[in-house]
Amino acid sequence: MKHLRSVNRKAQRIENDVVALQGPPQQPAAAPHIPLGCSLVFSPGWEADRNGGTAGLCQPVERDLFDCHTGCFWPAQVPDQLNHAPDWTAKCAAAQKDWRKIDLVFP
Amino acid sequence: MSELALREFHSFQAGGKDFVYLVPSAAVFELDEASSAVIGRLRERSMSRSDLARQLSALFPADEVRETVSELMRARAIGEVGVPEEPAPKQMPPENFPLTTMVLNVTNQCNLSCTYCYEYGEDKIVDTENGKKSKFMSEETARESVDFMLRESGQNRLAHLTFFGGETLMNFPVLKFAMRYARERAAELGKEVDFSLTTNATLLRPEIIEFLAENRVGVTISIDGPKEMQDEFRVFKNGSGSYDIVAPKIRELLKRHRSRPIGARVTLTSRTLDIRKIYKHLTEEIGFWEVGFAPVTTSPDRKYAIANEGFDSMLGQFQALANDFLEAALENRHHGFSNVKDTIEEIHKGVSKAYPCGAGLGLMGVSTDGDVALCHRFAGSDAHKLGTVRDGIDRLVQIDFLEKHHIADKTDCSKCWARPLCSGGCYHEAYTRYGETARPNLHYCEWIRGWTDTCLKIYAELSVRNPKYLEQFDEKVEYEASSVS
Repeated sequence: MKHLRSVNRKAQRIENDVVALQGPPQQPAAAPHIPLGCSLVFSPGWEADRNGGTAGLCQPVERDLFDCHTGCFWPAQVPDQLNHAPDWTAKCAAAQKDWRKIDLVFP
Repeated sequence: MSELALREFHSFQAGGKDFVYLVPSAAVFELDEASSAVIGRLRERSMSRSDLARQLSALFPADEVRETVSELMRARAIGEVGVPEEPAPKQMPPENFPLTTMVLNVTNQCNLSCTYCYEYGEDKIVDTENGKKSKFMSEETARESVDFMLRESGQNRLAHLTFFGGETLMNFPVLKFAMRYARERAAELGKEVDFSLTTNATLLRPEIIEFLAENRVGVTISIDGPKEMQDEFRVFKNGSGSYDIVAPKIRELLKRHRSRPIGARVTLTSRTLDIRKIYKHLTEEIGFWEVGFAPVTTSPDRKYAIANEGFDSMLGQFQALANDFLEAALENRHHGFSNVKDTIEEIHKGVSKAYPCGAGLGLMGVSTDGDVALCHRFAGSDAHKLGTVRDGIDRLVQIDFLEKHHIADKTDCSKCWARPLCSGGCYHEAYTRYGETARPNLHYCEWIRGWTDTCLKIYAELSVRNPKYLEQFDEKVEYEASSVS
């Protein structure tokens, strides 16, 4: 603060809070891009992903598949990667590009 | 547009600068010219931001006024009219608050008959006569008390055990026993115990002095000053004064006991109100390291009670002695006026109290028969009992007490800027004056505000002229039990 000098410890604590409020808002650390979209998270229509990105939009097929596969608690129509099909997505490095290479798995 | 108005604070000047003491946060801020000017204008009347900028336009650019207003608002020194101030929450202390200090009344007996004594004098609250309470604590009760203290100290590594009376040293055997037992038990539990006592010094025999020095027992001596003042009230049963008996013994103690600083504790009355003289005598002529003063606790009609004019005169003298303290502190010299030092330490830490003291919370008094009370001054009083050392603290009684004595419920204090430090004042004083522990001590409000203002000025001046001096209060992490009086 410029116009008030904090003298005792309590004033110092107030100043720390005030300075934190005055500064530019803290940017959240860049998070990895994880396409998500299900009832668990708020993503109405997928206009943007949770980081505000638009890279993975409008790809409903792979999105459905991967969302149900990775993030959903519901028993989905995707292979059980944990037990029966660990390599199910091994050839699919990027869903947007490689979704055709995803294996077919029969129960 | 909404108007701005001042919020709650006390403003004062020190070292040629303007300061504010914010309430209830207890923060101290130094103001620059712009913030001083903003507060000055708002003191005249509330006004909008644009009016404020216009009025100050000759002195400060509008941007600077805006910035200043924003800072003052964030520190809550000013606020918008109509926006209610957020009330300070009534925050209760956590349950099972650890006991930091136990005051053990090892005896109710005293070999002096000080006229003003709160324990034996006209305003006593415990019937110490007639065999109602045992006069001496037994070893058994002392042991149970130590167990109680260690049990209630919770996670704290250090516990403070203070011996009190009556005249504490009249039960020296039990004191010695309690210390030995406390050391043993604490060692088994991986804890430490710090010992101190208050005494009238009449029984300081060489072997006792030796014991106190060897065991690093903190000693506080109750003494009222030079002979004529000491002998006014601190008398034996036959009326003869005690000065000539105690002075040589105290000198002996001060010579031998160098392991802890030894303090004097002075009771001020209407007839012994020469503070500088008392201080000079006790420090320079007797050799005490510190002197603490407290006005006598009494109902108002006693002839030794300090009345309004007395409080005014006392404040003037306190201020004079406080200035001596300031001069010493500016040169990093020691000055033993402990009332100032204690207060500026609280100011430095930004203490904002929910309760005036730790009684019934971190401090409790134990009577000779093992009853646990709010503090030593209530020890033995059935009306202020919190439990016993055998059965522990009755938590419901304790919580009820803490509920009723919280500063949030002291309506009289709700508009007072000194409440972060005073919080209504001593329960025992209130009980003696008004018959009720929860009453704020309205008879000395002016004095408290005057004294707090004095200490704020000293603190602020030190922050300008010798900020290094204040660093000592940063280092003090663990609360040290001060003298019990």
